[in-house]
Amino acid sequence: MTPGDTIFDIGSPGRRASAQYPAAGDVSDLPTSCLRTQPPGLPEVSELQAVRHYTNLSARNFSIDTQFYPLGSCTMKYNPRGAHRAASLPGFSNRHPLAPASASQGFLACLHDLQETLKQVTGMAAVSLTPMAGAQGEFAGVAMIRAWHDARGDAGRREILVPTAAHGTNPATAVMCGYQVREVAVAEDGDVDVAALKEALGERTAGIMLTNPSTCGVFERRIREIADAVHTAGGLLYYDGANLNAILGNVRPGDMGFDVLHMNLHKTFATPHGGGGPGSGPVGVAERLVPHLPTPFVVRDGDAYRWVEGDEMPGSIGRLSAFMGNAGILLRALAYARMLGREGMRRVAEYATLNANYLMARLADAGFELAYPERRASHEFIITFRNEAKTLGVTAMDFAKRLLDFGFHAPTTYFPLLVPECFLIEPTETETKAELDAFVDAMVRIRAEAEADPERVRTAPHTLPVSRLDDVKAARELDLTHVRSPT
Amino acid sequence: MLARIGVTSIDALFDEIEPALKTADFSEIDDGVDEMTMLAEMASRARRDETGPCFTGAGCYDHHIPAAVWDIAARGEFMTAYTPYQAEASQGTLQLIYEYQTMITALTALTVSNASVYDGGSALGEAVLMAVRANRRHPSMKTDGPRRVAVAGACHPHYVDAAATITRNQGIELVSTGTSGGRASLDALADMTGERAPVAVVVQQPNFFGLMEPVDEIADWASANGALVIAVVNPTSLAILRPPGEWGANGADIACGDGQPLGIPMASGGPSFGFMCTRESHVRQLPGRLVGRTVDRDNRPGFTLTLQAREQHIRRGKARSNICTNQGLLVTAATIYLAMMGPTGLARIATRCHERTRELLRTLVGIEGVATRFGGPFFHEQVIDVGQDADRVAGDLAARGIVGGLPLGRYFPELRDCLLVCATEKRTDDDIARFGDALEQVLHG
Repeated sequence: MTPGDTIFDIGSPGRRASAQYPAAGDVSDLPTSCLRTQPPGLPEVSELQAVRHYTNLSARNFSIDTQFYPLGSCTMKYNPRGAHRAASLPGFSNRHPLAPASASQGFLACLHDLQETLKQVTGMAAVSLTPMAGAQGEFAGVAMIRAWHDARGDAGRREILVPTAAHGTNPATAVMCGYQVREVAVAEDGDVDVAALKEALGERTAGIMLTNPSTCGVFERRIREIADAVHTAGGLLYYDGANLNAILGNVRPGDMGFDVLHMNLHKTFATPHGGGGPGSGPVGVAERLVPHLPTPFVVRDGDAYRWVEGDEMPGSIGRLSAFMGNAGILLRALAYARMLGREGMRRVAEYATLNANYLMARLADAGFELAYPERRASHEFIITFRNEAKTLGVTAMDFAKRLLDFGFHAPTTYFPLLVPECFLIEPTETETKAELDAFVDAMVRIRAEAEADPERVRTAPHTLPVSRLDDVKAARELDLTHVRSPT
Repeated sequence: MLARIGVTSIDALFDEIEPALKTADFSEIDDGVDEMTMLAEMASRARRDETGPCFTGAGCYDHHIPAAVWDIAARGEFMTAYTPYQAEASQGTLQLIYEYQTMITALTALTVSNASVYDGGSALGEAVLMAVRANRRHPSMKTDGPRRVAVAGACHPHYVDAAATITRNQGIELVSTGTSGGRASLDALADMTGERAPVAVVVQQPNFFGLMEPVDEIADWASANGALVIAVVNPTSLAILRPPGEWGANGADIACGDGQPLGIPMASGGPSFGFMCTRESHVRQLPGRLVGRTVDRDNRPGFTLTLQAREQHIRRGKARSNICTNQGLLVTAATIYLAMMGPTGLARIATRCHERTRELLRTLVGIEGVATRFGGPFFHEQVIDVGQDADRVAGDLAARGIVGGLPLGRYFPELRDCLLVCATEKRTDDDIARFGDALEQVLHG
């Protein structure tokens, strides 16, 4: 294919994927004022043209199936195909979301099992599965914190504390829930600055949002002290489950003192990331927040399962989606959890941690600078290229682009924001030692190149379908849709 | 590996975690099973939920999905990639989203689209937030009072609930103007002036009951009264119905809805995806990812995420929304679906659905005691009154293998005896006859 040729460029007027066309229906009873006067400008191609075009496009992606993809904070692990198969069974994929509960007992039983499993994994009192992604789980969690304070008439609590290293979704979520964000510093060792935190707590504190292990790739060691301080101040603790993979089956957020959390099932519980979704972000809560859970969720009455909707839950924050969130992802998560079992879950966290610490040790030995050299890695860790940037003029972005030429997807770059010129590297539990070693070899070769021929690195990538793209032009001269040239 | 790290056991890697946190009891979680066993367990549950023909729509539709759609969308290169942060290694996904943006704007007759949000209900929530941001000069923005958004006519009650949950904490109030004969009451809308003037007006076409709303009158009233217009639309219907960009004199400002009808299985309602389109002048208020075409160092065309300064990972607390991950894989399927359907194929499906629904209604109203509740033009859904408690009727139909429409009493007490029914292009004459026979038995045993 010619680079940049879109599906619109390869069509021709009147061409059709004719096997897909039913006979036209009669719409003469619809008033013409309701009807479209010009057909929409969709592609006109044959079935083969569509299949070939999109198959060729797929080959222009890096993916877990084809490359090591150590994108920090994203948990890009292999997701067993069996989970996909299970969710695609005809009884599940053909089920209408509003089919009566009497005809949905298989599906409801699955959701109930998953709710129970996630309660056990997290140590929370109850779980609602409806949030459709991590960010929506965060929203549900903070909305429940607000509902709890509001229900108690404690309306003066207007602030949510967020560490400076947090995901951008945390402050964005707090604002969506009508809160002001107060940032809390992170200390030199990667833990939250507890003294600064205690200073920030007070009568205006509604709660704090924390990720543990944190986005610095370390376990927050004084978490129980933090929890006590926040509770004493009258606030609640929200756990961002982005890094649950690091402690799965070993440590429970509920035991750390968290009142509410979300899990990213698409990270920890095996859903392929799909080029950017779908995700799923169930929320778990301690007893006192149960009345505020989002609806619907599933309960068991005797031998039958049924939905609990808003009419039974006057304190609920409400509905978050048209139906039951990303139901198919919930089925995948259950299938994955069932295959792992208790021991498998424990091994997920252990091997993810082992791989991260091994890769960290090897990169440190090879002379790369660790952001937190005195600390254990959790399931991810940070290296910084601040020296390479200063002395060689080669940045983290340049290293990232050159890694693509070596057949590795780049780690997360420039996050967290407080570490300059950084990579956040998360190898996950499903990679072999050989893959990790090959990654180290590539990193070493790129640094040698940066010393001998920095321009080669600065102009990377050199072997991909396109070279480095002009982001400035993309933003200044917006071209968001294909405009057909006049014929 | 342990030696290289300098420890003797994996446990030592967890030595920064205090011992008291490592004593959790996970004994209630079962032992793992192999794939074969897991699949057998899941299959026995899935089989319990298999039914005969589905006549329920209400935002989720049983359309034919061409075999090629998921054969291609499920390729590992699409399915196991992530958000295209490294553009050069993600040209497949990026170009596909650019093509998607082109297709969905062609359907809605608006000029820009994001790369998707979660679903139709949350898309409406995001659209309401966006309209409030975009309509900064509205008089209510200068007061401490709530910002009102009017919901004109019959909008999906779950969409309104989801939008209310998402917008409530930002001082936004959704106000329904009520219906008359199953459609928007223009008189009620006309009363919303002065202090009650809405920042935006939401209208669904076809509406929740499947009927045609007076969208031109509503859009014109909104623009005359300083309100933006948010259209909630069904993408299949847009092959034949007048698109939001052409409503009234000026067109709608935002169009949103659910992409499920475009090649995505019903699958209990998710995952699907929400679409959001707007005018170019509002593009900076649009939440979510956007893909733009640009050039590389060698001046070749290429695609990249753009206008990221609107997004949470840059703007943090000042972002347009907290959304990041969206519904990429479903957009992939919908794009392939639309490419194969083209303008003619999608129109054939839309017209076929309408004709099948007309046929369904002809059969059902032939049963004693059954009548359509509302008159007037409809697309592929209608409300039928069965003269008995519709919840019970739906349960009895399910026992006969028919998913026979949505009982409406939960949402509208006055419609306790009513079912919202739908027929897609998949419903054969035999399916319709089966539904008719089953309903006859249930009602008159």
